[in-house]
Amino acid sequence: MKNQQIICLILLTLIIIHQTYADENLIQTTCNNTPNYQLCINTLRASPGSATVDMAGLGLIMVAAVKAMSEQALSAVNSLRKSGQPKLSQPLQRCTDFYNGVLKADVPMAEEALRKGDPKFGEDGMVDAAFEAELCEGAFKGVVAPPPSLSGFNKDVRDLAGVARAIIRNLL
Amino acid sequence: MTTASTQAPLYDLEGDTSYFPITAGPSSVSSTAEKRRSKKLLASILFSSFLLLSVILLITQSNPKPSTSIDAQSPITHSSEPPSRGVSQGVSEKGFRRISGGVQFSWNNIMLSWQRTAFHFQPEKNWMNGPLFYKGWYHLFYQYNQESAIWGNITWGHAVSRDLIHWFHLPYAMVPDQWYDINGVWTGSATILPDGQIVMLYTGDTNDVVQVQCVAYPANLSDPLLIEWVKSPNNPVLFPPPGIGSTDFRDPTTAWLSPGGDKWRITIGSKVNKTGISVVYETADFLKYELLDGYLHEVPGTGMWECIDFYPVSLTGANGLDTSVNGAGVKHVMKASLDDDKNDYYAIGTYDPIRNKWSPDDPELDVGIGLRYDYGKFYASKTFYDESKQRRILWGWIRETDAEGVDLLKGWACVQSIPRSVVLDEKTGSNVLQWPVEEVERLRKDSVEVNVKLGPGSSVAVAVGSRSQLDIVASFEMDKEAMGEEEEEEDVLAYDCTTSGGAATRGVLGPFGILVLADDALAEFTPIYFYVAKGPNGTLDTHFCADELRSSVAPDVEKIVYGSKVPVLDGENFTIRSLVDHSIVESFAQGGRRVITSRIYPTKAIGNGAARVFVFNNATGASVTASVKIWEMGSADIRPFSSLDHL
Repeated sequence: MKNQQIICLILLTLIIIHQTYADENLIQTTCNNTPNYQLCINTLRASPGSATVDMAGLGLIMVAAVKAMSEQALSAVNSLRKSGQPKLSQPLQRCTDFYNGVLKADVPMAEEALRKGDPKFGEDGMVDAAFEAELCEGAFKGVVAPPPSLSGFNKDVRDLAGVARAIIRNLL
Repeated sequence: MTTASTQAPLYDLEGDTSYFPITAGPSSVSSTAEKRRSKKLLASILFSSFLLLSVILLITQSNPKPSTSIDAQSPITHSSEPPSRGVSQGVSEKGFRRISGGVQFSWNNIMLSWQRTAFHFQPEKNWMNGPLFYKGWYHLFYQYNQESAIWGNITWGHAVSRDLIHWFHLPYAMVPDQWYDINGVWTGSATILPDGQIVMLYTGDTNDVVQVQCVAYPANLSDPLLIEWVKSPNNPVLFPPPGIGSTDFRDPTTAWLSPGGDKWRITIGSKVNKTGISVVYETADFLKYELLDGYLHEVPGTGMWECIDFYPVSLTGANGLDTSVNGAGVKHVMKASLDDDKNDYYAIGTYDPIRNKWSPDDPELDVGIGLRYDYGKFYASKTFYDESKQRRILWGWIRETDAEGVDLLKGWACVQSIPRSVVLDEKTGSNVLQWPVEEVERLRKDSVEVNVKLGPGSSVAVAVGSRSQLDIVASFEMDKEAMGEEEEEEDVLAYDCTTSGGAATRGVLGPFGILVLADDALAEFTPIYFYVAKGPNGTLDTHFCADELRSSVAPDVEKIVYGSKVPVLDGENFTIRSLVDHSIVESFAQGGRRVITSRIYPTKAIGNGAARVFVFNNATGASVTASVKIWEMGSADIRPFSSLDHL
């Protein structure tokens, strides 16, 4: 009896190890097909569920990262507006609009698309999210240099959205 | 006017007083102009005399200035942006928008509310896609999101019309209320049985996110409006078969009769790895199905085939055909919407129902790698056979190309194309012709005609009044001598609308065409044009393009050049028909041989007194004679159905 239990335990451990390794392989292969391997790896591994989800699940993790970064970007925009520099006022208002677009349209649509099994609308959402971040950066052109902190967020959202899009394209 | 290059030029190309101010930035003009300038060009004094006859607007009459000064008036310098890589590289255009210029810009309500169309079908608010229909009262069942102007929560909207133009909104036909369609009542097709019964076959997205096929019937066939629908208690009637992914099984077609005449067949698109496929089922009662062996057709590398359409066309071209027709004098069109690149592709071929195989006439132009219905934005299209007028009608879904956040602001997204009749092009035999249904002509009101000879680098405004609702019919004839000269040209790089830089890029024999949604200062305009050039096989090719690069000063809208080659046969003039309806422009070349649908979001060329039309010729070595007729178009007054509408 005891031998059988030990064998079962060993088998179970092997299965768990294999499964984790296999999923880690999924993450690596997936990230290899994105424009930013390191960002992809770091983001996915940082999410506790990433080891056990499928491709759509990886896509959702990345969309969530886009959402989180966009929320931070929006916070940064709000802080900057409070600082009250007059030249920044219009571009910052534009950035508020753009990031609202990401949070109220792109992210919800991508989540819906991935959850309901029609991923191309997820791709559209992430393409648009990258676009909105670029638009925020572009809103300062010819007026004043974009605040570095905000530029950082704009770049991060663009990069994350680019990775998310690449992951989602695997589902098409 | 000469475009001489190496000698000290009599006329500086950029400074020529008749140089039409569709410019790229200075560096791009000179570099591309250099490439296109022939080394052995002859001075064309003939043309300059014609110039005196044309009415030339919008030119700088003062000293020749470099183009930079013309361009400097415009805040947009699209030349610094690399042109789109284009769909030919399998890239969704939506992924390559560039931010143009540092324009401080905000949408206001006037601009946004102008965008709503007047005679294209769209619901009062929110998102729509995916047409379905039943004839009689024309019915349109469409995918709709009740909750938002983005995709999601898909429900079946419903509208009816007597004439495919004046639509009345009805209550939702179906909502996601069963376990098998709770995550979306997706696309389907109607089959009308000989006994008058209507069977609707549609895809449901189940609570487990599995795509299944389901059946629904009208609750009451004696209700001409078909308001109530009943889902079959037998649903789902089809689950994804072995080897097909649970999320790769959707959009069943209208059924056609089996060879024996006792059963029906449908096809459903799918994929295996990256090969797009279509599987066929046979059924006697629409409840029990048998999967036929093999695929009706497959094309590697095309990915998932959505919204498959499969229908016969007559070789003699005149009428449409019922979906069940086959035999001599008939070819079959196979069409798929490619999930991968968001475009609709079709091919013409032969259907063998005994072997369950369809094969393309030209494998190089197979489904997904060959022709598109439309070289702009046009997706999820389906046809139906209109028995009352014996025509096959094509519907297409047209998405927005502005930023999604703006769609939320304006509260709606997406429209339907004007329905198009589809026939085989008898003259080429290798494409279909699409043409707006004749009923749209009932919206025509006052018209204006212009006949003018346009020398190189000239334009003429057409005094049509400034409306955003127009039906434009334009015919261009190019002088023969110029076309002869072009044949001597060497080393002309192959022209491609999508990478051309648009109408600012001048060649010997093009571009020439029309400008729509133009404001007075030409800060915003959209050229729809032809460009004739020597192709890779040494003969002259004609390209038909729609150029959005200068369509709007807003930075957050898509601005690319759409288009493709179009066959122009001996003796044919270059013809364009363009339906302009606020933020949508549908343009048809050579009677519908090629079509481009564009979404345009101007900020100035809107409202009263602002939107103008020009004919132009930006070629350097040819004159064209333009004959244009433009009608103002009324509104279709699309609204909810009321008892007073029951005619």
